Amino acid sequence: MNALLSIEKLVKRFGGLTATDRVDFTVAPGEVHAIIGPNGAGKTTLISQLAGELHPDEGSIHFDGRDISRLGVPARSLLGLGRSYQISQIFRDFSALQNVMLAVQAHTGHSFSFFKPALKEAALIAPAEAALRQVGLANRMHVPAAAMAHGEHRQLELAMTLATNPKLLLLDEPMAGMSQAESEEMVQLLKGLKGKYGVVLVEHDMDAVFALADRVSVLVYGRVVATGTPEEIRNNPEVREAYLGDQEESV
Amino acid sequence: MKPTVNFTSPRFYVPALFLGALALLPVYAMLAHQPFYVTLFSRIMIFALAALGLNFILGYGGLVSFGHALYLGVGAYAVGILSFHGITNGWLHLVAALVVGILLAALIGVVVLRTSGMTFIMITLAFAQMGYFFVVSLKSYGGDDGLTIDNRSTFGLFDLASNTVLYYVILAFLAAVFFLFGSLVESRFGMVLRGVKSNERRMLALGFPTFRYKLVGYIISAQVCVIAGFLLANLTKFASPSYMVWQVSGDLIVMAVLGGMGTLFGPVVGAVVYLVVEEFLSSLTPGWFPKVEEVLNKHWLALMGIFVIAMVLGFRKGFYGYLVERELKKEAGRAQP
Repeated sequence: MNALLSIEKLVKRFGGLTATDRVDFTVAPGEVHAIIGPNGAGKTTLISQLAGELHPDEGSIHFDGRDISRLGVPARSLLGLGRSYQISQIFRDFSALQNVMLAVQAHTGHSFSFFKPALKEAALIAPAEAALRQVGLANRMHVPAAAMAHGEHRQLELAMTLATNPKLLLLDEPMAGMSQAESEEMVQLLKGLKGKYGVVLVEHDMDAVFALADRVSVLVYGRVVATGTPEEIRNNPEVREAYLGDQEESV
Repeated sequence: MKPTVNFTSPRFYVPALFLGALALLPVYAMLAHQPFYVTLFSRIMIFALAALGLNFILGYGGLVSFGHALYLGVGAYAVGILSFHGITNGWLHLVAALVVGILLAALIGVVVLRTSGMTFIMITLAFAQMGYFFVVSLKSYGGDDGLTIDNRSTFGLFDLASNTVLYYVILAFLAAVFFLFGSLVESRFGMVLRGVKSNERRMLALGFPTFRYKLVGYIISAQVCVIAGFLLANLTKFASPSYMVWQVSGDLIVMAVLGGMGTLFGPVVGAVVYLVVEEFLSSLTPGWFPKVEEVLNKHWLALMGIFVIAMVLGFRKGFYGYLVERELKKEAGRAQP
């Protein structure tokens, strides 16, 4: 299979705790592969190993035909892995546009340029504006990020990730902390991205997952207990018991 | 589009007023028969320059270096040691100072920039202390007592023997570094440095190998202090280990904070205010009761401490930082629909 991303037998231990336990996982080009699982199942740990913030103890990660298991975070980003964070990681002192311009700058050559004013570089402004328009922040470009609302931070987070021209998006709970209306908007936005990028989507919002995902993997205690289409996962008795059932009860 | 020069902006009129006043000061000193002012403000501008250098990495890079006095020492001892051996050419002094400064900053930077937070503060301090004890151990160059410099650097066409010439050379360096940093912080490189200060984790995730940018920023910042050290040795005709004591590193941080960390001109304002107040308090003779005066003269440092505390509490962003922030808030208010 010609996967964009393929993980084999990935293991990550923290002391006695096995946070990632022999995980196999693939994403085809253009596919949205969602990861669901209860709190503490190791979803963010897995994403962090894909992005390079954590290094696995065993196993391998291949991206776009390359073994990237040993690469650092910036190198992976430059290859086309775009990560968005569960807790928005933005530059609070900068305007929305400057935030995204910095993302563009990272992927347009080195930054050992000392005299030309970066904020006037058309090569940075145009793609940044496009990314902001794409996520629906067209009329908030010059607002300082610190002054924006939580939902807007989530949109900005996505705009920055998109501006790095990724091949694969690692979306860690893009709807975290959003209102119902905002979540629905975000789902629409992500639907619009479908097919253009490979996506690893970690999300708690089941409606969103079933609306967006081509495939779903269920992670419990660091292990993938099931992988399948949303329909298969919904009807898998084991999953219903381990995870979905729990949630229905709590609702 | 905004006009390129906005005369009502504090970012224009504060530097213009300060640099203008500094340019006219020797004239005033001459008319008032107070030549002492020229050397006093030469010294103030040298520290302003050093604070400007420190602020580049402190205010824009978010790296609290507690060891920049080391680089003052490098500049001062380049002049001292070369002069000791009969080399008085200022160009050679500068080149030697910068070569050693760059190598040293690169070496130290590679180590210290692997740390952050409190560790970074302590390890920069440790390196500066090592430098201090190293020059103290140089017995043939005066050791503890420092090294007297017979003549100031010569530059072929001119030399720095005259206090006034030296004064304007210092002012020229100060202005040049100020304008240089002005374009530096707006460049791609400057944006990377500011991004690192704001959120390094995100910078890495965006694809910036941040280490190399921080290293270059640290080296640039250190070289400004090297130049300040070169000028200080020329002013005092003396290279002393006392330039490298840790209190000097601390003073530079206080100056940057007092004026406004992470603002272009704040460190200059901070250095001027800090050193003028220090000068004023240390020679205070209000002519009140003799007892009071005696206590004040003995304990002026306590007054200095109270002053710094009051100012830092009153202007959390620094004097100049306060003005800039007020202006930025107004601009942001207009930008929001």
